[in-house]
Amino acid sequence: MSACHGCPASTTITPPSAASGKDGPAIVAIVGPPNSGKSTLFNRLTGLRQKVANYPGVTVERRMGVARMPSGREVSLLDLPGIYSLEPRSEDERVTVDVLRGRMPGVPVPEAILLILDSTNLSRNLALVAPVLALGLPTIVLLNMADDLRKRGGELHIGDLAHHLGAPVELISAVDGEGLGTVYQFLDGTVAIPASVQLPVLQNVPACRQWAAHVTGKSGYRAPAPPVWTHRLDGLFLHPVAGPLVFLLVVVAVFQSIFTAAVPMMDGVEALVEWSGRAVAGLLPDSAFRDLLIEGVWSGVGSVIVFLPQILLLFLFLGVLEDSGYLARAALIADRTMAKVGLQGKSFIPLLSAYACAVPAILSARTIENKRDRIATILIAPFMTCSARLPVYTLIIAAFLPERHLLGPFLGTRAGALLGLYVLGFLAAVATARLLKSSILKSERTPFMLELPPYRWPTLRSLGLRLADRSKVFLRRAGTVILGVAICLWVLSHLPLRDGHFVPIRESLAGAIGHTVEPLIQPLGFNWKIGIGLITSLAAREVIVGTLGAIYGIEGGDESSVGLQAALQQDLTLGGAVALLIFFAFAMQCMSTVAVVRRETGGWKYPLMQFLYMGALAYTGALAANLLITRWLA
Amino acid sequence: MSFKKRSPLPAQSRSLLELANGEHGVLERLDLPADVARRLMELGFLPGARVTAARSAPGGDPRVFRVDGVDIALRRETAAHLKLRAGLDPHA
Repeated sequence: MSACHGCPASTTITPPSAASGKDGPAIVAIVGPPNSGKSTLFNRLTGLRQKVANYPGVTVERRMGVARMPSGREVSLLDLPGIYSLEPRSEDERVTVDVLRGRMPGVPVPEAILLILDSTNLSRNLALVAPVLALGLPTIVLLNMADDLRKRGGELHIGDLAHHLGAPVELISAVDGEGLGTVYQFLDGTVAIPASVQLPVLQNVPACRQWAAHVTGKSGYRAPAPPVWTHRLDGLFLHPVAGPLVFLLVVVAVFQSIFTAAVPMMDGVEALVEWSGRAVAGLLPDSAFRDLLIEGVWSGVGSVIVFLPQILLLFLFLGVLEDSGYLARAALIADRTMAKVGLQGKSFIPLLSAYACAVPAILSARTIENKRDRIATILIAPFMTCSARLPVYTLIIAAFLPERHLLGPFLGTRAGALLGLYVLGFLAAVATARLLKSSILKSERTPFMLELPPYRWPTLRSLGLRLADRSKVFLRRAGTVILGVAICLWVLSHLPLRDGHFVPIRESLAGAIGHTVEPLIQPLGFNWKIGIGLITSLAAREVIVGTLGAIYGIEGGDESSVGLQAALQQDLTLGGAVALLIFFAFAMQCMSTVAVVRRETGGWKYPLMQFLYMGALAYTGALAANLLITRWLA
Repeated sequence: MSFKKRSPLPAQSRSLLELANGEHGVLERLDLPADVARRLMELGFLPGARVTAARSAPGGDPRVFRVDGVDIALRRETAAHLKLRAGLDPHA
């Protein structure tokens, strides 16, 4: 093309025609810049639920799925992390480039590419076309967000663009399914391929961009009007005074609603658990099996399931923040604070998503280019208050703190205490980051560059899918880990048999284990029952709630099961309750997190260090809390 | 160390930092290590590109710059190395 005349190193690529074989390609990669809608398209085509959100870098791993064509043929699709070029700077980008170049062990080399670009910023996005076409694979260029482009008055001629790119082009909208017919045709190998063209020098960014601008001009592209609402909203959310205030208001509203809005739903679930337990008990003859079912399974698993509405509410709020694009602004606002502790604003996105769960958060740290920053982020992420802590926190807070107005009707004491625990976790994370970045993980500061996507309305479909997925994860864990623990615990707390009868729990095996650790945890204000809960919660934090539910269920007998809150009030002093909260805020009680840290850091060194550090902090923090409060009350 | 940074720059080498909110300029060069400069160019900060300064985070750092119709946040320490062409914007 004219922009490239006289470039001696420019190359002419002749991609093999997709229609050359009798069938279309069998393995197809979805490639594109960050936040261009790759995962949305992947979910559309495969019917899977890969997580999507409105900020760059949501997908950090390859994901494989199968798309069924209208013709009935099946094609394997690979969803890949976003890239700006084929020169990776971070771990997630490296995954994409390695897969495309066929260097990823265990992943088949893709036979064709769906290159998905943001049609509202054509010339900037087209720069990626040249290096991707140069890979020599059959490629279709999909210009996504066609609905947004039209709404804001933009247009282009895709025939001209296809001619100048030497590849088929289609306008699509992955959100509502527009243009997918052409995608299916391409996957079936029945799309006409335009004649190939000369591409610019690939290593040279300005040359690629110049070529992109030239091609954009030739295709009758009219750029859409700037996103007015995004600029207006940023005027509010990034305002020096109003911005932080809005942030605070949102946070307070979330916490207050966890205690107020979720209550009717939780009462409903609780009633359902009790009713079903009674119904099952009525059906069975009086036997050890019935006791196991009612005292162990129903009290144990049931006491955890009650917290599902609260967790879903939290995920609903996080989903709205992520899908709307606010999260990227939050990272921007937080960058100064992060810079002070030696990290960058990009670390803030994994940290925020750790409020849901540390495991995906640790994976998303792959977007951080600097290796030491990435490891520091991985090490501090489990301090952020994940949703598994929520049942423990709300249970203890509700049992020990009377509800009073703290800030008028807007913020009650319970929501305030919960907020305080979230802040405590964040402060522990930040202090640890500072410690790490000034000692073993010292590094040069990496420049911070963050793209701020336009705001978008979260779709009901996307929010609904998130909640459905989260419910599944939560219930699966209740049905496996917690169920297993409840059954083991029931057995251990009835054995050994004495004269053919079960022993009381105090004299059982479980009681013996609890009494063995009791001297160690007594200074924290915990008795042997809490000790059993601490041991089982090493698997996952919320297991302690199921464990205590089962223990009290066994103690209370099947008919008059004491409420968990009432039972806790008898077993813990105020000092012990606060100590337990602090212990859970700091301790690393999650085997999934240990496993993922080991995988992401490539060894046992960091997860072991993290486990010991967090455990020591939890123990000393809880000890100090118990001693201070006990002395203060005396 | 710190007094080194304060050494006065020649008047003509303005950087992105000198742009007021809403003001724009044309980029001349990126005084940064090659890999960083490369990623910034991929994001649109190319010599010759028109960059508009937009809002900043509360506290003034980082700052949002609009290039190619996209908002990108940079820290001041990075923006200081993106030098502007002297004189007026030819496209204005």
